[in-house]
Amino acid sequence: MRSIIGLLTKVKNRSTITELLYSLTAIVIALIIGAILIYFSGHDVWKAYYNLFYGAFGNSYNLAQTLLKTTPLIFTGLAVAIGFQSGLFNIGGEGQLYWGAFATAVVAITFSHLPGLILILLSLLAGAVAGGIWGSIPGYLKARTGAHEVITTIMLNYIGILATTFLLKNYFKEAGPVDQTRMIPESARMSELIPYTRLTWAIFLAVTVIIIIDYLFKNTSLGYDIQAVGKNRDAAEYAGIRADGIIILTMALSGAVAGLTGSTIVLGVLHRFITNFSPGYGFTGIAVAVLGRNKPWGVLLAALLFGALEAGGMSMQLFAKIPSDLMTIVQGLVILFVAAPAFIQLLSKSLRGADQSE
Amino acid sequence: MNAVELKDISKAFGGILANDGIDLTVKEGEIHCILGENGAGKTTLMKILFGLYSKDSGRILIKGQEVEIKEPRQAINLGIGMIHQHFMLVNRLTVAENIIAGDEPLKGIFIDQERANSEVEKLSQRYNLKVNPAARIENISVGEQQRVEILKALYRNAEILILDEPTAVLTPQETEELFQVMRKLKRNGKTIIFITHKLKETMTISDRVTILRDGRKVGTVTTSETSPEELARMMVGREVVLRVDKKARKLDRPIFEVRGLSLHNKKSNLYLKDISFTIEKGEILGVAGVEGNGQLELEEALTALRKIEQGQIILKGRDITGLRTRERRDFGLAHIPSDRLKRGLIEEFNLERNLILGSEWQEPFARRGFLVKRAIQAYAKRIIKEFDIRTSGSQAKAADLSGGNQQKVILGRELMRDPDLIIASQPTRGVDVGAIEYIHNLLLEMRDRGKGILLISAELDELRSLSDRIMVIYEGTIVAEGKTEDFTEEELGLLMAGQGLEGVG
Ligand SMILES: Nc1ncnc2c1ncn2[C@@H]1O[C@H](COP(=O)(O)OP(=O)(O)OP(=O)(O)O)[C@@H](O)[C@H]1O
Ligand SMILES: [Mg+2]
Repeated sequence: MRSIIGLLTKVKNRSTITELLYSLTAIVIALIIGAILIYFSGHDVWKAYYNLFYGAFGNSYNLAQTLLKTTPLIFTGLAVAIGFQSGLFNIGGEGQLYWGAFATAVVAITFSHLPGLILILLSLLAGAVAGGIWGSIPGYLKARTGAHEVITTIMLNYIGILATTFLLKNYFKEAGPVDQTRMIPESARMSELIPYTRLTWAIFLAVTVIIIIDYLFKNTSLGYDIQAVGKNRDAAEYAGIRADGIIILTMALSGAVAGLTGSTIVLGVLHRFITNFSPGYGFTGIAVAVLGRNKPWGVLLAALLFGALEAGGMSMQLFAKIPSDLMTIVQGLVILFVAAPAFIQLLSKSLRGADQSE
Repeated sequence: MNAVELKDISKAFGGILANDGIDLTVKEGEIHCILGENGAGKTTLMKILFGLYSKDSGRILIKGQEVEIKEPRQAINLGIGMIHQHFMLVNRLTVAENIIAGDEPLKGIFIDQERANSEVEKLSQRYNLKVNPAARIENISVGEQQRVEILKALYRNAEILILDEPTAVLTPQETEELFQVMRKLKRNGKTIIFITHKLKETMTISDRVTILRDGRKVGTVTTSETSPEELARMMVGREVVLRVDKKARKLDRPIFEVRGLSLHNKKSNLYLKDISFTIEKGEILGVAGVEGNGQLELEEALTALRKIEQGQIILKGRDITGLRTRERRDFGLAHIPSDRLKRGLIEEFNLERNLILGSEWQEPFARRGFLVKRAIQAYAKRIIKEFDIRTSGSQAKAADLSGGNQQKVILGRELMRDPDLIIASQPTRGVDVGAIEYIHNLLLEMRDRGKGILLISAELDELRSLSDRIMVIYEGTIVAEGKTEDFTEEELGLLMAGQGLEGVG
């Protein structure tokens, strides 16, 4: 207990570079443990990791698969990171991205007569607005009633997913066995960067959003206010910052970015809204944000890592016959080590201490 | 025997030499006071002794034995306990839980609650440290939190106790109680290292004093052979004029007026009742009172941080009762809050950001919502220079500044905005004599430039030397008001205690 409190105060003071080093150490340790698991489950470690790496970065198609898996995680990770900046824990990314996807699909289908780029931008906007509104609800509840956002966002996840399903089934469902909308018009589809990879310029949009959010926090008055509320609400209020408003706004912003996850999947990958399309991007986003230390550029790197593990994990399964679940374990280990950096320090300390004491 | 010997200790933070070859000898069973200006390196030295900071060079001897202290655990094993300038208790846990945390008496794998409670009880009786073991930290007073910190150290069998500015947050009565406890500890053979800025306290409680300046040791003197004047001179390196000279002032027009202000603080069940007063241009109105009699509520009500139920607040002839905090600030109200870490600073922000807190949307620091880095940096550098803030630079985090320098950051920010009315609450709390002199002169300068000042302070000396008029607050009511000269110190003391209400009028 004593040492943990001591460690935490040290962790708080770490610089960006040491943070990066910590994250890297965590990744390496996780990969080593992964290797041990592979070894003991009777597989060839070298072959497994070769395939993992090759599957993630080996050729342009594989790289495209990595980036394809990275894109949604950038958005959801960033959404969580934005919330954190004002001290809010947005676990509602899943519900927000469903609303984003749904609104985007409906707008793209409804206004199919509009010219391509305008239609795409309008659809993206619709997704961001829908996600933003959904995100602002827990913000409002927190500001007005003090209801904790962790609880409300989780509940709103269920409501969001079920509400979009309900609307789909009753008003927008295409005839047939699958619960999905019609295809969106060709003109509304984001174009592929490399043919047959489904990797579109959504990845650039994601990076652009990273740049904007990074700029927002470093260089604008609004970003200043958001961080002030997050770091010390009493002091923010002392200075006349209206914390309630900032909380609602931050949650809206966070929700909007989460909404774009759904939008880009609809416009770039699925080309329609399908129920239960998300494998939990919103939740993985939490891990991405934690690994990325809630900094925009950190989120980008973390999302890339997760994307690579996923794409590489699939090829590992295919060619080395190792269940890709193993990569889920590695992902889990990475988070464990990053979220508990104190643990690593403790480990290194007790290792150092062991050869000194007695 | 010597309890502690520090030899040639050095420590640098970036470019700043916080400790520069410091020697310190503390005898067993003495109360040894460490004096020094803000940023002199007192806390740093103590944190090195307690294993929180690693030293760059030097040696540590405990009871004649050379030791390496790399982390607090080792310090604790050597019988050292530290009570920090800013408490490190877990708010949501109870008093007893905080005391035993990390060293719990176990029954199998479970905490032996009964034994924990009884041991805490025993210790608290032995040293007359009154606490309620079952209360949660968040619900007890600062004075009691401090007793918990002391008990925590004693529970770990501390023989050497380090108290870093324990009295800064205490009322005079609480300070007196603390001194009783310290004397009792001394009688029981404990060694105490005590840090304070108050020379009076040093003279009262210590056996010997070591003075630090700019990271170096100036000397060690025996308390009975020195005087406050000599100590001040050693600390600051020049004569310190503890008396300010206040120019006479002529009557002027009122700039700030409060009429019939009333509110009820449900949490502490305190009522502010029908508070009315006027402050003229170029006048300092002091608010005297024992802490917790409505000062905080008044401070917050005037700055729109707390809702009022009745009353009117008028600044420069305009009714500002309906204005929000930001609007009041923009209209010329400055606020030096009593709790600087809670309200006044954002510790994780750097100084540049802290210095524009409240002006982050205004020219020249921002243009259409975009921060203008260059203007902010230039402004920060100017304040740092003008207010002599000791720091490694404008990018340093507020958390890394010494207590007194944090206060200067707040003063710099609030006074540079050229306000018309300044609400200054405990402006010199935790600040060294040199800085007190500086702050006092600054407030007087503001007064002479025609600002109105509401000075809320727990220091009677401060109130009496600065204020043109004084009002006494007791249980949420103004019980007396008059010219400073009309009150003797004794009268003020009685009024603050709720007695002698008829005496002055
Ligand atoms: N963690 C840190 N990082 C960087 N600089 C630091 C840190 N801690 C202290 N300093 C610097 O070292 C110097 C000495 O600080 P220290 O806290 O020891 O002063 P102090 O004598 O305790 O002052 P005060 O009376 O105001 O508490 C100051 O200039 C301070 O800014
Ligand atoms: Mg200090």
